[in-house]
Amino acid sequence: MNREGRGATTPHIVGGISAGPVTFTGNRGLDLEEGLIFEIGRTEVTGVDIAEPAPFKDRLGTHKRTAPLELPGLSEPEAMRHYVRLSRMNYGIDSGLFPLGSCTMKHNPRLNEKMARLAGFADIHPLQPLSTVTGALELMAELSRYLLELTGMKAVALTPKAGAHGELCGMMAIKAAHAARGEAQRNVVLVPESAHGTNPATAALIGYEVRSIPARADGTVDPEAVKAALGPEVAALMLTNPNTCGLFERDVVAIAEAVHQAGAYFYSDGANFNAILGKVRIADLGVDAMHINLHKTFSTPHGGGGPGAGPVVLSEALAPFAPVPALVATADGLVLVEDEGSAGAEQALGRMSAFHGQMGMFVRALSWMLSHGADGMRQASEDAVLSANYVRACLMDVMSAPFAERPAMHEALFDDAWLAGTGISTLDIAKALIDEGYHPMTVYFPLVVHGAMLIEPTESESKASLDLFLGALRDLAMAAKAGDKERFLGAPHYAPRRRLDETRAARAPVLRWVRPEPLPNAAE
Amino acid sequence: MRYLPLTPDDRAEMLARIGVNSVDDLFADIPAAQREHELPRLALHKSEMEVERALARLAAKNVPAGSVPFFVGAGAYRHHVPASVDHLIQRSEFLTSYTPYQPEIAQGTLQYLFEFQTQVAELTGMEVANASMYDGSTAAAEAVLMAHRVTKRRKALLAGNLHPHYRATIETVSRYAADDVVALAPVPTGGEDIIAAIDAGCSCVVVQSPDVFGNIVDLKPIAEAAHKAGALLIAVFTEAVSLGLIEPPGAQGADIVAGEGQSIGNALNFGGPYVGLFATRQKFVRQMPGRLAGETVDAEGRRGFVLTLSTREQHIRREKATSNICTNSGLCALAFTIHMSLLGKTGLIRLARANHAAACDLADRLAAVPGAEVLNDTFFNEFTLRVPGKAADVVEKLAARGILGGVPYSRLAPKAGLDDLILVAATETTTEDDRAAYAAALKEVL
Repeated sequence: MNREGRGATTPHIVGGISAGPVTFTGNRGLDLEEGLIFEIGRTEVTGVDIAEPAPFKDRLGTHKRTAPLELPGLSEPEAMRHYVRLSRMNYGIDSGLFPLGSCTMKHNPRLNEKMARLAGFADIHPLQPLSTVTGALELMAELSRYLLELTGMKAVALTPKAGAHGELCGMMAIKAAHAARGEAQRNVVLVPESAHGTNPATAALIGYEVRSIPARADGTVDPEAVKAALGPEVAALMLTNPNTCGLFERDVVAIAEAVHQAGAYFYSDGANFNAILGKVRIADLGVDAMHINLHKTFSTPHGGGGPGAGPVVLSEALAPFAPVPALVATADGLVLVEDEGSAGAEQALGRMSAFHGQMGMFVRALSWMLSHGADGMRQASEDAVLSANYVRACLMDVMSAPFAERPAMHEALFDDAWLAGTGISTLDIAKALIDEGYHPMTVYFPLVVHGAMLIEPTESESKASLDLFLGALRDLAMAAKAGDKERFLGAPHYAPRRRLDETRAARAPVLRWVRPEPLPNAAE
Repeated sequence: MRYLPLTPDDRAEMLARIGVNSVDDLFADIPAAQREHELPRLALHKSEMEVERALARLAAKNVPAGSVPFFVGAGAYRHHVPASVDHLIQRSEFLTSYTPYQPEIAQGTLQYLFEFQTQVAELTGMEVANASMYDGSTAAAEAVLMAHRVTKRRKALLAGNLHPHYRATIETVSRYAADDVVALAPVPTGGEDIIAAIDAGCSCVVVQSPDVFGNIVDLKPIAEAAHKAGALLIAVFTEAVSLGLIEPPGAQGADIVAGEGQSIGNALNFGGPYVGLFATRQKFVRQMPGRLAGETVDAEGRRGFVLTLSTREQHIRREKATSNICTNSGLCALAFTIHMSLLGKTGLIRLARANHAAACDLADRLAAVPGAEVLNDTFFNEFTLRVPGKAADVVEKLAARGILGGVPYSRLAPKAGLDDLILVAATETTTEDDRAAYAAALKEVL
């Protein structure tokens, strides 16, 4: 199993490769060092030809810039080379398997990029007359229809710009709903220990007190623990499902009932929606609000940390509180209600941001949905779950997997019990994986497991690719247990950089380039 | 299905290895009563050609800015973006990478973020900038929350000429956080008296320049008055190119700068994704929201970059974090950085001059149309036009003549009672013919 497919004939190198001479340039063949633009650019150079306007009387008044403007310019060939060289120091999904748990690093189809760049989507302004953007409104309506069909929910707010922004939107809708019911005194939000950090941060941002719910021994939330924590002061429960241990919260219906019975709302974190697409409609589980990370489940690229998009689906109880702008279907066609309190948005919670949301992401997500269709989306979820369970099954004998008595969903969780006594940590395993050509899994999250390693293969990997990855991880596990510490503690050896000193970075932060002091005269 | 590599044989082998009979066994924890057995009521999968056809049909119903004389701004601006920018941001290693949590294999992302932070700090005249926010409006809302943390006060004073969407975004989050907001009334001709409204309860004064009507605001006296009252000045801008010509907020005493970076490197995209710029003074850095890239060294002493000061952030601090932001606008920040690197100081100043020249020319042409009046004494590339009757009707009539002539202020703030104002922008992408066509059409319409 370990050595099937591509790479099977690569000789296993024992003892490392010859180090070779230290180069004069610091480069190593195709591994090229690259300075900062401030070191290679010059303020008098520009890579954009712009004609100087004919003389005219300016209208700047007394506000002309006098402050220095130390922005170096690069000609186009220099800029291409600089950024191509930087790109080569990065690892992306297109480079290799990217099993970063909770992040759903699936393939990003290039069709979606092409569609988002059609002039009819990319070159339209959010405030041009609505009569000139009817196709854009139709696209938003179609995306909404897909999201509502897949979730069974009543309404969707498209504008939130990322997952955490969606959480904020959903939680504000909950606060608005309680206020409308005269129950503004509810000031506590329940959050399980295993939740993403954004959940407690969001609740706290709008003044909620966060109360933690422990996980039970099998890694899921116990409805009894929720019941015990509920009371007239509780506004909502925020629950990630499937949870961050990669398990489906099998008592979710009972939990939702208890939450509703206590007069609270059920917020579901949709970060892990990829596991259940077409398998269950979250409305049937009693969810009142859930954000959907279009940049995870629907494959709009992560882009090194964004942009994302975090539409929020809402239950009937919360639908009236959706923010503006709201897309309303009328006899005259689609209308975009942009002002709070106007017809169609009488109880709107407010506005999440300027304009109408991440249109560029909407196009990509809808393109992905149309390509997959109902059948392909369900197949994608099934393949993602199948692959995660396969990963777990193939590593169980060499690593330790907590909660393995339950089926995994789209990610496989391991702890560091199997490393006990080796002197090697979860972080060391991650860094050694880099040497083997892989992006590491998520490490030290969720917090409920010691030394967590969370592997999310997604549906985008072939079996051959999974087997190569599993082979590498098994070899590392065996090496760790055999005491080959040097391989781990010094890793990564073959990345553009060795381990970086994060303590130094935080102690005396250098957050921007500053021109170095001139060197003292060598003759002195 | 072209995106799914597993074959039926693969799936069967994998199920056997796991030790279950069917994939449904893996979903056994979903309560049986709720499990979906039918497919969602949506179309089945489509070929690339079919998808392209369906989406192109929708795109064709919209009027692209590049196809008409185009003068719409009010927070998003159409500029020419060099072809190399879009090419470079589509490099796989940028496009398909994640947040740089493993710095050894993310130096590309981390180095461009460090370059981005430096460029933003330099452009705004501030000491430090973060690695981006979602957009200008959410950056402004985060700036207010940050000012509350710094001053331990909970009241924000908003200038009347702040973009109404920015105002609404700040008001919304403040309402739910139970913080106070005092928003002044708009003064389209500029010169509003913000200073008189500052009191000892204010954590911050939020002022946009150029303001939503295009007026350039002297921030210095406002900063002085704010500081005297123990408050911070938050300076907002929606047009980053303007800073090539006008005095940056950092040189005028601003404590936090929150701006929209879309106009450098990024397309209009019907409103998103954009990139929020966020800068402040070094002494406030630990109260900043968002990610920060910082310089350090690796185990061999070579320079490298990491995400730093993450003890401010949600994944470490949870409910005590400075913000809930996680995903930001990385790739849009990259587009900004590449475009700015191509421009450099020389190119940015020329670009800014080209914008200002186009707007001055247009203002003169429109002011000459009987019935129309330009309200501004100062402006950069956008100004306010007063027309007889309803601005929204005039804009529609112009659109019917193939001219996208601007934004009726009433669309942004229907209840403000300012129904006869059009916000008109002219960038370097407008031609003399475009501007002449606008003036001619306006003459017909009025």
